[in-house]
Amino acid sequence: MPRSALTGTRIRERRTLKGVKQADLARSVGISPAYLNLIEHNRRRIGGKLLIDLARELGVEPAALSEGAELPLMEGLQEAASTSGLRPQDGKPVSLPETQRAEEFAGRFPGWAALVVAQRNRITALERRVEALNDRLAHDPFLSDSLHEVLSTVTAIRSTAGILNNAGEIDRDWQARFHRNLYEDSQRLADGSQALVSYLDTVGKSEDTLASPLEEVEAWLAARDFSLPELEQGKMPDLSGEGGLRTPAARSLARKWVLRARAEAEKMPQAMVEAIISRHGPDPSALAQAMGVELSAAMRRLASLPASETRPPMGLAICDGSGALTHRKPLDGFAPPRFGAACPLWPLYQALLRPMVPVRRVVEQHSQPPRRYLAYAIAQPQRPESFDAPEVIEATMLFMPLDQLDMEVRDGEVHGIGTSCRVCARIECPARREPSMVLEVPEEG
Amino acid sequence: MGQRVLLIEDEPNIIEAIRFILSRDGWTVETHADGATAVAAVDRKRPDVIILDVMLPNKSGFEILRELREMPDHATRPVLMLTARGQKKDREMAEAAGVSHFMTKPFSNTEMLEVVRRLAMQSPDLHPDNSPDTSHG
Repeated sequence: MPRSALTGTRIRERRTLKGVKQADLARSVGISPAYLNLIEHNRRRIGGKLLIDLARELGVEPAALSEGAELPLMEGLQEAASTSGLRPQDGKPVSLPETQRAEEFAGRFPGWAALVVAQRNRITALERRVEALNDRLAHDPFLSDSLHEVLSTVTAIRSTAGILNNAGEIDRDWQARFHRNLYEDSQRLADGSQALVSYLDTVGKSEDTLASPLEEVEAWLAARDFSLPELEQGKMPDLSGEGGLRTPAARSLARKWVLRARAEAEKMPQAMVEAIISRHGPDPSALAQAMGVELSAAMRRLASLPASETRPPMGLAICDGSGALTHRKPLDGFAPPRFGAACPLWPLYQALLRPMVPVRRVVEQHSQPPRRYLAYAIAQPQRPESFDAPEVIEATMLFMPLDQLDMEVRDGEVHGIGTSCRVCARIECPARREPSMVLEVPEEG
Repeated sequence: MGQRVLLIEDEPNIIEAIRFILSRDGWTVETHADGATAVAAVDRKRPDVIILDVMLPNKSGFEILRELREMPDHATRPVLMLTARGQKKDREMAEAAGVSHFMTKPFSNTEMLEVVRRLAMQSPDLHPDNSPDTSHG
């Protein structure tokens, strides 16, 4: 059921909470109790003045009745449901989350809903950390060499000790030699073990929350609202100081991003970009033409501008040739998924299908309140430094809320999209690759 | 017994311990520590049993074993592989390469000695019938 269709349920809940009789509330806003009853059972849509009057009488903002729970909370609940891992096993029924009643749950029990989302985020972070540690155990060269060294030393000690334990026939020279070997190996074992413990201790301290370097960089950029004022003066931000990046891998990743952003800020100074926006709007093609840069560079530059009331907020998604997201700057209501693949209908992926062909689409996040966005996308090859280098491609998508642009759009020009299949309500989507957890899919046959 | 073992291992104290254990049992023990020249050493010395470490400088024990198995003279020569990596995939990789026996470190001296004695019975030089028949191409 669309979120707006639950307005009546929210009115009833608020009225009941306040202890107001249906007839009294109806009278106070000038409608009959029978009509209010129809509204409260979601059989009549309301809006405009009546919604404002009811909200005033109930002491809440109209949006609290029409939109209900906050979008991030709803998105979090949907993700929690999609990653619950609950499946019927061996024919035994399992209580699955009632995803269609998620909003009702969030509205009635906001504290519990927030706890579910927080715990889901915590579980996801821990799973990622376990994955990273497993990966480290399997592939970390230092760890592998250290463990090999420890085991080799233990092997030498065990064999030597075994010989000395049956020392009856060993002459004194050999005995002395093996005693010396044992001493040397025990010293090596002590040193190796100590180095290993120190290393594991450092790893534990440096990776206690964020598992992947990409996540660490994104959290660092998000803390700066994805805008780095130092770059406007041609300076480098401090990547490792207070509030900086903790792991060398994340710093290396951030350095690449920052160097590119700094070069783009130098080519497209903020004052000139602002002037172009005031003349043409936040249009990356206008900026690219005016400044003589690639479209993708113009998109990244627009998304790097500090927030301002004079222009819409701009989100950015970048993926590599495999479709894996390598950069995510989310907007309210349009958050690229943290894990797993995104919606294949995104203009980002449409652009990936046709490199160098710019794509501009008005998109609507289907499962959300009707929020529309204008999206620009292009896929461009990265310049190889040699004739033998493999061809590498990167797709970039800039998106902004349509309601903050001076733009008229016909319904036929709007393309429905989702976030990812698991939390998408477009059941009949031809691009669907797995069932949705948000809506129940009817059994076939 | 008078048979010969080639110990391909780079850890000096392990070499010393194994050399002592086998020598005391009557074996002639020769050693080689470099992975890159290990195949040539086997070809030259033609030991009855090879004890082969996996982690060697310049070339891994797996590569050495695979190369030996492609040489008719060493296709069935007994190889006891020693490794600190005892995971299933390592064992499977060793078996795929044609190992005669796979032993994880640390091992017991008695067990190692028993395996070497048993493997020596399969030496192609001791039993020429063990050599692969290459006449069928």
